[in-house]
Amino acid sequence: MNLDLRPLFPELTVVAAALAVLVGDVFVRGPRARMAWLVVGVLALSAAAAPLWRSGEAAFGTLYARDALGNALQAVALAVAGVGLLLARDYLVRTGLDRGEYYALVLLSTVGAMLMVASQDLLFLFVALETLSLPLYVLAGFARDSHRSQEASLKYFLLGSFASALLLYGVALVYGVTGGTALSRLAEADASFPLLVGLGLLVVGLGFKAAVVPFHAWAPDVYEGAPVPAVAFMSVVAKVGAVGALLRILPATVPHLLSAWQPLLAALSAATMVVGNLAALRQTNLKRMLAYSSVAHAGYLLIGVAAGSDAGVWSAVYYLAVYGAMNLGAFGVLTFLERAGVEADEVEDLRGLADRSPAAAAAFAVFMASLTGLPPTAGFVGKFYLFTAALEAGLLWLALVAVATSVVSVAYYLRAAYVAYLGPARAGVRVMRAPWAGVALGLSAAATLLFGVLPGPLTSWAQRVAALLR
Amino acid sequence: MPSWVLSAMVFGPLGGAVLVALLPRRDRLLRTVALLTTLLPLALAAWLFWQAPQGEAGFWLTERGLWVPAAGIGYHLGVDGISLPLVLLTAFLFPVALVGTWDAVRTRVKEYLVLLLLLETAVLGTFLALDLLLFYVFWEAVLVPMYFLIGLWGSERRAYAALKFFLFTMAGSVLMLLAIAGLYLAAGTLDFLRLLAAELPQPAQGWLFAAFAVAFAIKVPLFPLHTWLPDAHTEAPTAGSVILAGLLLKMGTYGLVRFCLTLFPEVARAAAPFFMALGVVGILYGAAVAYTQPDVKRLVAYSSVSHLGFVVLGTFALNPQGLAGALLQMVNHGISTGALFLLVGVLYERAHTREMDAFGGVARVMPTFAALSLFVVFSSAALPGTNGFVGEFLVLLGAFRRDPGWAALAAVGVILSAVYLLWMVQRVYFGPVRPEVRAFAPLRLHEGAALVALVLAVLWIGLYPRPWLARSEAAVQALVQRVVSVGKTASPEWGGRP
Repeated sequence: MNLDLRPLFPELTVVAAALAVLVGDVFVRGPRARMAWLVVGVLALSAAAAPLWRSGEAAFGTLYARDALGNALQAVALAVAGVGLLLARDYLVRTGLDRGEYYALVLLSTVGAMLMVASQDLLFLFVALETLSLPLYVLAGFARDSHRSQEASLKYFLLGSFASALLLYGVALVYGVTGGTALSRLAEADASFPLLVGLGLLVVGLGFKAAVVPFHAWAPDVYEGAPVPAVAFMSVVAKVGAVGALLRILPATVPHLLSAWQPLLAALSAATMVVGNLAALRQTNLKRMLAYSSVAHAGYLLIGVAAGSDAGVWSAVYYLAVYGAMNLGAFGVLTFLERAGVEADEVEDLRGLADRSPAAAAAFAVFMASLTGLPPTAGFVGKFYLFTAALEAGLLWLALVAVATSVVSVAYYLRAAYVAYLGPARAGVRVMRAPWAGVALGLSAAATLLFGVLPGPLTSWAQRVAALLR
Repeated sequence: MPSWVLSAMVFGPLGGAVLVALLPRRDRLLRTVALLTTLLPLALAAWLFWQAPQGEAGFWLTERGLWVPAAGIGYHLGVDGISLPLVLLTAFLFPVALVGTWDAVRTRVKEYLVLLLLLETAVLGTFLALDLLLFYVFWEAVLVPMYFLIGLWGSERRAYAALKFFLFTMAGSVLMLLAIAGLYLAAGTLDFLRLLAAELPQPAQGWLFAAFAVAFAIKVPLFPLHTWLPDAHTEAPTAGSVILAGLLLKMGTYGLVRFCLTLFPEVARAAAPFFMALGVVGILYGAAVAYTQPDVKRLVAYSSVSHLGFVVLGTFALNPQGLAGALLQMVNHGISTGALFLLVGVLYERAHTREMDAFGGVARVMPTFAALSLFVVFSSAALPGTNGFVGEFLVLLGAFRRDPGWAALAAVGVILSAVYLLWMVQRVYFGPVRPEVRAFAPLRLHEGAALVALVLAVLWIGLYPRPWLARSEAAVQALVQRVVSVGKTASPEWGGRP
């Protein structure tokens, strides 16, 4: 057994920071301490990102391996957590939720996502998935005085446990066929009915986390009830973990079974894009709209998985990075708004934002354009890569569904951006001062524009993933 | 001539937009800065036009760089005889539209000007891009500023019109995006010059052509895909209408010429009769509907459908006269319809209505304005001596050589356009002076200046079109040669006489 823990430096750093925050919060209290937790968190996340360029090292025997795909997605998860913490600070202080636990839970959940995308074994993957999920359940219910938040947490937990059980059942079936849980064994397995059912159940379990139709029903309710910054973080980090795991299990491990799983994944992707976008059209609540939008984006991400090619994998990685920036930003704008002491989460609450906070309104327009996939934003480049990957894989019909649903999405994304430029503001809605969230918003907007205008560096970075995969 | 001129022209307005966004909200200052910014591309475009070599068929000035090296996508701008007239038109119309509607917009002036300048960058980029992904980026980048221009500063039904405009165009352009991705996979490059040399598989060509053609046909707009146009043009603020009609529609016709004809000549040849037919239907339908409009602005909007039909007809005549006429007619329509929308804007500023019945006798109250208006109307109705005559004559000549039947029908459209335009003049400018009209303020300096500039352009092309035609002649000849000869050894019926 290889007990060298050095490859795990990034994860251990984040765990250490989480534990330090938890323990420290017991002894030192007060606003200044909590400010320190924010700093500790962000510093730990950046320190963790430093050694991510190394690869080819294993840990825990063969359970874990540091490779290009894992490194890339870990970097995305760390960046998302960092921006997510910055985004949360002002909101937490304002709503009286500023506790050390928030920072610790975000860090622990990030560790879960990091382990998930680097796991080489299905059981290890399951443990990592739970490490990712449990803090998210708590974060969903973090607003302890809000019934909606409590309800969201319970719903998320119950349905999430159900999905975890299905995933575990899939692991069991794969174990039954291959005699082990290691991905290396799965890679050599021949197609058989139980194996395919096992793979299918793995897809279901991970699909739940990524909010793939028909396992998406929890998303709108949970997103609506949970505190905005928690939603911003969970909507991205869960997708990084789940889509990363899907990429690792399907295109990277069982490419020889492509003909068996590609139709399933393509069908899921198409259904997710169609249902997500059509449902989003009808929403008047901004959080629910963004929830369905994140369902729809799970569909776009699945195109990369379904393509099953190198291009599909790196396009999905590119899109995950882009999605992180634009989705954090879109939810981030909501943290600025308040109606009668609670979150202002109706689309109409955005009215007049341009007059009161021109920068936030402009950033919101950028995020909406990027989510729609309009140039010159990063969302456009990401979608172009994904569509090209689908065409290359011979999935013309999937590409057609994707572009058709993108056109539909114009109606609700642009509507929201448009409302932000209409005046006057709705009575009772206030735009709060939130300097830290402003920094987070600036970073997200800069990334969204930069990766759209100069996509070169991020593209070659994502392409390295595919090159080193085999 | 240094190649940075092209980038400077495209991104100059973007820089201006950033500057305007950063300056304090003093409307006069912002307007002045924006106007000065638009003079930079105008100066550069005039320089390009002056320096343009005659008899040079290819791209005589290009600028190349790598944009996304990892995916083999280039940053490639270039100008030739086909894009040059449209570039000059773009650079000319933006300052004219800004001057002509100097203080028509009084709310959120900063956002308004930023969007207009962003729009100029996108339009110029569309006409100059020589890499298909870059082209698509500029093509789509036009949509968001225009959406907000219509949606925020438009008239009553602006939200509806803005969304309709966006959805129609986007529906077409995403198909084009798929076609671009398909081209990329088939040819391994998106560089226009390399694509010209690439051998594309035969059955794929048809689909690719269709996807591009639908995107462009929506933008033109070609009957029956035109239904977004009357709403968008009518609801947009005046400057928006000028840009929309004058330039954005040209993106569609330019795309047909540049990409559909050049990249897929064989398919274009086969599809030409179909497009000529649609062009003629558009000419007659647009004219007939324009005639029935009680709203002046809607009348002008429908006249665009009719006039763009001529451009399509000339383009798909696939001979030098037709194509040269189509190219000139794109410029002409930009000038004359842009001017018509300015006229409507001037009237609207005074009457706050666009109903024709609300006017009457304007010529007595505003004689200078009426005189300038007549030039504009004559130009749109293609009277000899104006630019419209030269363009439509060439188009009809080209169409006649291809198919006398269609040409005859199209010629009826010329008469119809004179009918509805002169009828409009009759009702608005002449007749008894209505009491509301008596109170109209005289033509203001900035309005007059913009109209004079447009009328001078009308007369220049109308009386001396040679500089325009000469600069695009070689490129037009080469393109026609390519279209009629590729994939064919001898083509008596399509080659025609030189």
